[in-house]
Amino acid sequence: MGDVTHELPDRIPTRLVINGVSHTLDLLPWTTLLDALRDHLALTGTKKGCDHGQCGACTVLIDGRRVNSCLTLAVMKDSAEITTIEGLAKDGALHPLQQAFIDHDAFQCGYCTPGQICSAAGLLAEGRARDADQIRELMSGNL
Amino acid sequence: MNNFRYSRASDIADAIRLLAPDPGAKLIAGGTNLIDLMKENVERPSRLIDISRLPLREIVETPDGGLRIGALVPNSDLAYHPLIEQRYPLLASAILAGASAQLRNMASVGGNLMQRTRCPYFYDTATPCNKRSLGSGCSAIDGLNRNHAILGTSNSCIATNPSDMSVALAALGALVHIAGPNGERTIALTDFHRLPDDKPHLDTNLGSGEIIIAVELPPHSFARNYSYLKIRDRMSYAFALVSVAAALELEGNAISGARVALGGVAHKPWRSLEAEAALRGQAATPDHFGHAADLLLQGASARSHNGFKIELARRAVVRTLMQATNATPQSQAHKKIA
Repeated sequence: MGDVTHELPDRIPTRLVINGVSHTLDLLPWTTLLDALRDHLALTGTKKGCDHGQCGACTVLIDGRRVNSCLTLAVMKDSAEITTIEGLAKDGALHPLQQAFIDHDAFQCGYCTPGQICSAAGLLAEGRARDADQIRELMSGNL
Repeated sequence: MNNFRYSRASDIADAIRLLAPDPGAKLIAGGTNLIDLMKENVERPSRLIDISRLPLREIVETPDGGLRIGALVPNSDLAYHPLIEQRYPLLASAILAGASAQLRNMASVGGNLMQRTRCPYFYDTATPCNKRSLGSGCSAIDGLNRNHAILGTSNSCIATNPSDMSVALAALGALVHIAGPNGERTIALTDFHRLPDDKPHLDTNLGSGEIIIAVELPPHSFARNYSYLKIRDRMSYAFALVSVAAALELEGNAISGARVALGGVAHKPWRSLEAEAALRGQAATPDHFGHAADLLLQGASARSHNGFKIELARRAVVRTLMQATNATPQSQAHKKIA
């Protein structure tokens, strides 16, 4: 009775390729990708807002697709390629979306901005938004 | 989240094998609803069985001209698949009416069928809820029940099923393919979800140890006269107060076939064969659609805050059937209702 109830599961070796760099982490299974990025790799550009998939602040690209990292278990993404806001700039040049956010002063406090930019990068890759209404609809996962 | 063990299933048989000995184990694919519920302590699985790598991501044509959709096809891939866009635009439209682009990229078809109600009392572990804890009572019946069910309710539960996709699947007559310890079986989508009666802790008729492997669409796709109309408190990324999936077969202005399913009003997508039969042979007019809506809403009953849904549903049915008649389906991006 009670022999295994309180035993912690083993940590699970998990390889994540983040912004082109391979990392192997030993993770408890309930570690979200968001917490792995922020707490294990000090990549704090990805933000924790609601932590329930409602605000979009935690949006990253996994294998090129935008997802909520707060609702993603890191161990499930073993070997995945992840792009965060830190990985969008190339060779010292800002991603065009980053530059556009600066040019158009598209910030309020800025906390949601990394998620908005990653989400917009995903939207562009999807190629489904052809007018302003479609952009609005397809960006509705970001507050 | 509670501590849990994690296993990665290597194939379907392995997933079934892993499920069998542990009643506290749960399958995880996209995780969008399950992880959220675990963060709220509503779900506390002893083990998560990761099925996300199983080979259930294909969309293939069936010999009879329908489509078989693997249970792990992401919602966005399904909505944007050429065969779905061309042949089953009602399904594509309903999927795109739900959640956000990020969540649709994550969420699987099987997971969408398994998602649980968004009743706030179900989520709030400080309040009684028969669905979360059978026998504890229903806080919604005498509580804030504006979003709750008006059809098929019981004295135990007035929760609604939140899926948009399932409403279109119900209208299209989809089938659900299931694998389990005793082999495979197939049931109609309309028999997959259940009414709450005195067992609201059971959302579906999926047996313990079973796994959804595919959803099948029959050949008849209603690609011309269809519409999915979702009425909600804000323009995007909100659950339905009422939604309607409508599909018609027309000969001139005469209806030779009709399908209507309601979302946001019951514990399962709501269809009435009687209402659909009443439309056959009739002219496609608002009066006839109103009569069908009355039949569809027969037995609807309100609680203290959701009485508006009955009239809203009636009007939404008529409007959606007119959109289908005119081949002007509701756009999910341009929000003006035609």
